[in-house]
Amino acid sequence: MSAPVKYSIQTRDLNLWYGDFQALKNVTVDIRHGLITSLIGPSGCGKTTLLRCFNRVNERYGYVTTKGEIRLLGKNIYDPDVSLIELRRAVGMVFQRPNPLPISVYENVVFGLRIHTPRRQLGRGVLDAAVEKALTEVGLWTDLKDRLKQRATELQLEQQQKLCIARLLPLKPDIILMDEPCSALDVEGTRAIEELMFELKGRYTIVIVTHNMAQARRASDECIFMLLGELIERRRTEDLFLNPGDSRTAEYIEGRYG
Amino acid sequence: MTDGPTNFIETPFVRRKRRAESLAKWVFLAMSFAMVVPLLLILGFLVARAWPALSLDFLLDPPVRGMRAGGIWPALLGTIYLVVISLAVAAPIGILAAVYLNEYARDNWFNRLINLAVINLAGVPSIVHALFGLGAFVLAAGIGKSILAASLTLAVMTLPVIIASTREALASVPRSFREACWNVGATRWQTIRAVVLPNSISGILTGVILQVSRAAGETAPIMFTGALFFKAVDRGDLFAYGLLEQCMALSMHLYVIATQVPGVPEAVPYATAVVLLGAVLLVNATAIAVRVYMRSRKKW
Repeated sequence: MSAPVKYSIQTRDLNLWYGDFQALKNVTVDIRHGLITSLIGPSGCGKTTLLRCFNRVNERYGYVTTKGEIRLLGKNIYDPDVSLIELRRAVGMVFQRPNPLPISVYENVVFGLRIHTPRRQLGRGVLDAAVEKALTEVGLWTDLKDRLKQRATELQLEQQQKLCIARLLPLKPDIILMDEPCSALDVEGTRAIEELMFELKGRYTIVIVTHNMAQARRASDECIFMLLGELIERRRTEDLFLNPGDSRTAEYIEGRYG
Repeated sequence: MTDGPTNFIETPFVRRKRRAESLAKWVFLAMSFAMVVPLLLILGFLVARAWPALSLDFLLDPPVRGMRAGGIWPALLGTIYLVVISLAVAAPIGILAAVYLNEYARDNWFNRLINLAVINLAGVPSIVHALFGLGAFVLAAGIGKSILAASLTLAVMTLPVIIASTREALASVPRSFREACWNVGATRWQTIRAVVLPNSISGILTGVILQVSRAAGETAPIMFTGALFFKAVDRGDLFAYGLLEQCMALSMHLYVIATQVPGVPEAVPYATAVVLLGAVLLVNATAIAVRVYMRSRKKW
């Protein structure tokens, strides 16, 4: 008998408008705990918008209105007692272009810790341990352990992207959101990031937006297909690609449009 | 993962951080507000002191009785002459130079030298510009102390700032606009005419207009090169000065009646200052209006 299915993210009738334009229409979806879920669909279908709802960064723009419910780990993140700071600590985000800060590798990794921890709790030992742990987790430790003082912006793009993931880890996030994390990387870099995602799976719930159907197929456990702001279907990845439940999904994965 | 669901509830540490955040916001707001206060105080103080002397006649009448009575017309007119001529010289040179530097120049030692020169020229104190003007225009070029020499001196002073502000306006035009132009085979000049200038003209004009206030306010550069203690001019005469004659100017006049002439009624220097300040504010308001108008037509 398998354990009951756990969901990290659940949305109910989520609607979102940019001004008058409705970008998400009644999106109701459950995203499973500890797995990799990919969001696919043609440009403009709302997948990035949906992703950005999960840590409420959309609200930074004054013209965005949201309706509906988003539950993360069972808690509605629009509840008044939710602290955006705590929410964003628990929900990390990785962007298209690696965005390491122009400081050392070491300082990049401990940046979040420094922000979220009182200074007297951050001895050298704590920081060093956090850096080693995070860099080991993303597979950068052997390469970078002698170059921790190097500026992070001087690394290769692939290393920069891994570093951006490592930067999230000391904060012990529950969920990692990735917005086309490989689109600036070459084949090798993409492979490395995908392998890293497999390594992190289980400990973190990963949601990845991708334009690359082959990547969704290779690298995710579950797949969500979106079209024009609507959620068409969510299935196990191999089911979605082999037996799509909706003709629109079938046509999309056959490459008839998109 | 965290041991239990945190429910994203604020911890005491976060609450402290948030308190610091709102404190920071108030401090920043207070500092911005602090910028407004001196301006309002200065304006209020000046207008209150100047009130008895202010009138339309004060603007249009020449000073009489050894500048102890009458108005400031010759100084106002002189300032207008100086500013208009200096801008007529500085604006075209500055804008064209900026276009070259921003659109044509590659990064080589010569262009870096020009850049360095522009930056350093902007930092030269106005009294040094005055001495340069005296040496170069008045004496070496043989123009003599005159409106022309003083305007040229002001032009040299405003030029580097015009270049800098124009370059900034040009640089704000997205690179993709230029690429779109180049990729249909437009020359650089066609690109500049069709795309770069129309999209940066508001910024360029704003930068130029703001230099009006600087040129109008400076005393030192014109004192040695063309400003006059006193000249008899008829009420409201628009053509009182020739290009090669010296003229009165508001900033100089203010200095003279405030420090050099005994027995001037207290309100008169204040009224002169109000006129100078009013003119500057008017010009700046024009700059803002131009920018707002042009921005509203710009759709990107």
